[in-house]
Amino acid sequence: MLKCDIAIIGGGPAGMAAACAAYDAGVKDVIIFDREDEMGGILRQCIHNGFGLHKLGKELTGPEYAAVYANMVKERGIKVYTNTTVLKLNEDKIITATNTDGILKIKAEAVILAMGCRERSRGALNICGTRPAGIYSAGTAQKLINCEGYMVGKRVVILGSGDIGLIMARRMSLEGAKVEAVCEIMPYSGGLTRNIVQCLEDYNIPLYLSTTVAEIHGRERLEGVTIAEVDANRQPIESTKRYIPCDTLLLSCGLIPENELTTGAGIQIDRVTSGAVVDQNRQTEAEGVFACGNVLQVHDLVDYVSDEAEIAGKGAAKYVMGQKASGETVLTKAGNGVRYVLPQRIVKNDEDIALFLRVTNPFGKVKFTVRSGDEVLMTAIRLKAAPGEMEKLVVKADKMANAKNEIIVELEEV
Amino acid sequence: MKRELTCIICPRGCGLTVDIEGDNVSVSGNACPKGKEYGINECTNPTRTVTSIVRVANRVDTMVSVKTENPISKDNIFDLMKIIRAKEVNAPIEIGDVICDNVFGTKVIATKQVK
Repeated sequence: MLKCDIAIIGGGPAGMAAACAAYDAGVKDVIIFDREDEMGGILRQCIHNGFGLHKLGKELTGPEYAAVYANMVKERGIKVYTNTTVLKLNEDKIITATNTDGILKIKAEAVILAMGCRERSRGALNICGTRPAGIYSAGTAQKLINCEGYMVGKRVVILGSGDIGLIMARRMSLEGAKVEAVCEIMPYSGGLTRNIVQCLEDYNIPLYLSTTVAEIHGRERLEGVTIAEVDANRQPIESTKRYIPCDTLLLSCGLIPENELTTGAGIQIDRVTSGAVVDQNRQTEAEGVFACGNVLQVHDLVDYVSDEAEIAGKGAAKYVMGQKASGETVLTKAGNGVRYVLPQRIVKNDEDIALFLRVTNPFGKVKFTVRSGDEVLMTAIRLKAAPGEMEKLVVKADKMANAKNEIIVELEEV
Repeated sequence: MKRELTCIICPRGCGLTVDIEGDNVSVSGNACPKGKEYGINECTNPTRTVTSIVRVANRVDTMVSVKTENPISKDNIFDLMKIIRAKEVNAPIEIGDVICDNVFGTKVIATKQVK
């Protein structure tokens, strides 16, 4: 059985950044496992730009951002097993993986989970109608077009106005398809405002809010969809139904952290984030198992994935070097207007603590309050807040000292 | 004449107000100088960076991702796409290799390494 100090499952932006951070923190025996033929993860198919503005001060495309980190991994001589799929992680941190050499078993001192996400499928969305060809998740269409050079369709409707849906609206338009509409079930878009401008407005693609696809039509190939406005319970309103002819439906209706391995190891998952419950070092409830990137919480910007992965990498390195976190534990809780707070647990130890959160709805000017009982630990004003834009609040070490049992993060409109 | 628009330079998406009086253009709402530049350009000569893919002729099922080195005028986007779609390249390719030279005032360069 192979042994290593730190095993990293996933060689995308999270895995690569975590590996370099662990290495630079002093643990050189690190192995990255990735199921594809090259590192890079989802960035390999994200050929558009906008990556790295915060982290690297440059506006790069996905593959260029991935190359920066792949080069950092190579420069450090970190071992990478590509074309290797991890099948199982057990409670003793033994990894079972497979590649063309057969089955591998690896015993790790620490494991970093960096498996990313998958997309919500048509089946999970329960869209009525027939099952013709021409229905893809937006990411699948992106991969088929950008990596394999196939044009997936000519006349397109997109369900979901998150960033993937918006990016694909532009991509399809650039390749000569007619994008008839982007439908969004919520009364607001989930994507970045800049994408509404450069993906929809630039191409005169209509965005229909509070609208869903109620039915799919077509026998062998998609022929059209029935769209409808939805009521307060997000159910289609019969009188608003209308038919849009199309041959392609792209579904951009949610990313789900890929935690099969995590649950297989008996590690607790947070029902709101769908990722593991972690402390400020990104250590899960299983000692020596850390998580970062989209597998932990779905991110908007890869820059913040890299930051989070550095935390996990350093945390795993400290763990391997015998510096185990110990101290009073405080739990975090989402209060008014906040959907979730991460980390869910904090081990008090005289450090500034960064809290990451998402709000429940779009808001204008808000004041965030972080408190423990009646003690206010910090406040912050934001001119606007949206569910699609992760927020960061830092509680200084001297204020953290006053935290007991539970910290609540809440907002009020001001 | 006043125009309200959203800056797209970085994910902050600041709401800009651009005031155009003849030759005088002023911008407010920007959090950084790039936003001011964007506001002025967007109202006088809007440009965009274009990203796409080019087929790699000597590799199976392989595409190389590309981008315009500098933004081009919005009016030229679809003409540029015609040029990109007609192009084929051979591996090996390095990031930054020129795929199409001298197109609409800029170059189209590779954003991915293909061995």
